[in-house]
Amino acid sequence: MADVGTAPDLAARAREADTPRDCLVARFGSDRPLRLDAGVELSPFQIAYKTYGTLNAERSNAVLICHALTGDQHVANVHPVTGKPGWWETMVGPGRPIDTERYFVVCPNVVGACMGSTGPASTDPATGEPWGLDFPVITIRDMVRAQAMLLDELKIDTLFAVAGGSMGGMQVLQWAASFPERVFAALPIACATRHSAQNIAFHEVGRQAVMADPEWRKGRYLVEGANPRKGLAVARMGAHITYLSDAALHRKFGRKFQDRDNPTFTFDADFQVESYLRHQGISFVERFDANSYLYLTRAMDYFDLAADHNGVVANAFAGAQTRFCVVSFTSDWLFPTSESRAIVHALNASGARVSFAEIVTDKGHDAFLLDEPELFAIVRGFLDGAAKARGLKNGR
Amino acid sequence: MLSRLKRDLTMAEAARGPGGARVDLLLVADMVAPGARVLDVGCGDGELLRLLGENRGVDGRGIELSREGVNECVAKGLAVIQGDADTDLADYPDDTFDYVILSQTLQATHRPRVVLEHMLRIGRHAIVSFPNFGHWKIRLQVALGGHMPQTDNLPYAWWDSPNIHFCTIKDFRGLCDVAGAKMERAVALNAWGTPLRFNAPWWFWNLFGEQAVFLLSRRG
Repeated sequence: MADVGTAPDLAARAREADTPRDCLVARFGSDRPLRLDAGVELSPFQIAYKTYGTLNAERSNAVLICHALTGDQHVANVHPVTGKPGWWETMVGPGRPIDTERYFVVCPNVVGACMGSTGPASTDPATGEPWGLDFPVITIRDMVRAQAMLLDELKIDTLFAVAGGSMGGMQVLQWAASFPERVFAALPIACATRHSAQNIAFHEVGRQAVMADPEWRKGRYLVEGANPRKGLAVARMGAHITYLSDAALHRKFGRKFQDRDNPTFTFDADFQVESYLRHQGISFVERFDANSYLYLTRAMDYFDLAADHNGVVANAFAGAQTRFCVVSFTSDWLFPTSESRAIVHALNASGARVSFAEIVTDKGHDAFLLDEPELFAIVRGFLDGAAKARGLKNGR
Repeated sequence: MLSRLKRDLTMAEAARGPGGARVDLLLVADMVAPGARVLDVGCGDGELLRLLGENRGVDGRGIELSREGVNECVAKGLAVIQGDADTDLADYPDDTFDYVILSQTLQATHRPRVVLEHMLRIGRHAIVSFPNFGHWKIRLQVALGGHMPQTDNLPYAWWDSPNIHFCTIKDFRGLCDVAGAKMERAVALNAWGTPLRFNAPWWFWNLFGEQAVFLLSRRG
């Protein structure tokens, strides 16, 4: 694998973690600590976020977008590090299903991540060095708590909607469970009420790949000027397979060779699919912090709504007035439809107003990020119906 | 997508009222109190839910078997989930709804009795509409034609019909008895979608009603 990322990259990484570009930052001083499930307080801390559109006079048109494991706040603008389009530009923007002409969209970077919200790459004020593994383990509930503090800061009492896929969907469910009175409509996509054993297993492989890289230096790579890029790239390669499907990989690559007509009888990337995965791994390490990857995968592993509510998921949503729209994809084997059905059963059992659609696609888990017209129609229809019930006007 | 939807709606060709809505749906809607909480089991493309929402301010939910139907409903802003009347009603707690509606779907369920019992459990009222297999045209086709009946409303050949549990109005009254349902109101429609005379005897309804709509509640 080609070597990428050297010491200057690490300096940039640290800068991005503390003073992110092209976004807003809410800083919470020692008077407003974040109380973590781990039993400690994080203080001071900061949340980096982006907003799109305009908050109306009634402050009733805010939509919170929760990003997935390796996403960030740059949902609908050119990414300042990669130069690529926002990760959900097909869904969020003027005239898009989550219409920024109509809604005020807020997308925060989760706590524990590396794009400007406090995480293991941020500077620990106690030492003046990056937190590294001294950063406390965080949970999905901690992320949501921090987001609620951000909304307090923005003086947004009730969200019109919360939307997100995968880890973002977990946050959506947690929002509805933790702050039901603050969520009018919830859109959990391709997610589950708990992380399955298989998914924890995949995450563990990824973490072990990072930690097996000698450059990881027991998590102190930022201090010691190292970079566990090979370990993180392998973690990403493995994870990326789980975001696709057998059919999609076959459709895209089949057994086609990369820039050659015959096998080389070496361990070069003979096959297109190998070359593709290597590229995915390399481009990922340019924008993501290895320790953040450990922390965020851990947060997903710990997610279990039932465990937090006496073993019954339905208790998490008891008496919920929130309207839900649950979406799954036929070829998603990371968060299969059966997981979404379990969410729907729990919501039905608690008497919540719920819609559920399964979309036929061969694109696997990643389908929620891709061009899926049926998904767009469903999100648009669901939000339109909710906006009507909420008394939101068309346009601003 | 549309052809698939039509297949699921056994009454796709049914008579339509002034607003373009199906007569049987208007009749069902008429039995629902304004502002009620309603579950429409087998809601198809959501026409009844839309009608109930617009005309009667109903808080409506739906279950639909076909994925296309569900996605179309959700895109219309209706609260509909993909599910099966035979298996998924068990997930709902008692008394969740004021009305549970089974519109032209009873004959396609595997266990009509279990479905009806669940409807009466999770709703204070149940509304069931179904094609009457005792209608004279159907009787004639079986008795004189010697073959399984096919009509405009029930166009399927016996080998590819989704309808596996046909019944007559008389049969349905029998099911109400065993399932513990009290009949509050019943209407039979003739082939033109006109309600039959209210005071006509049951045998008359059973012979001339092409479809029937029953409003039920739990007995005792």
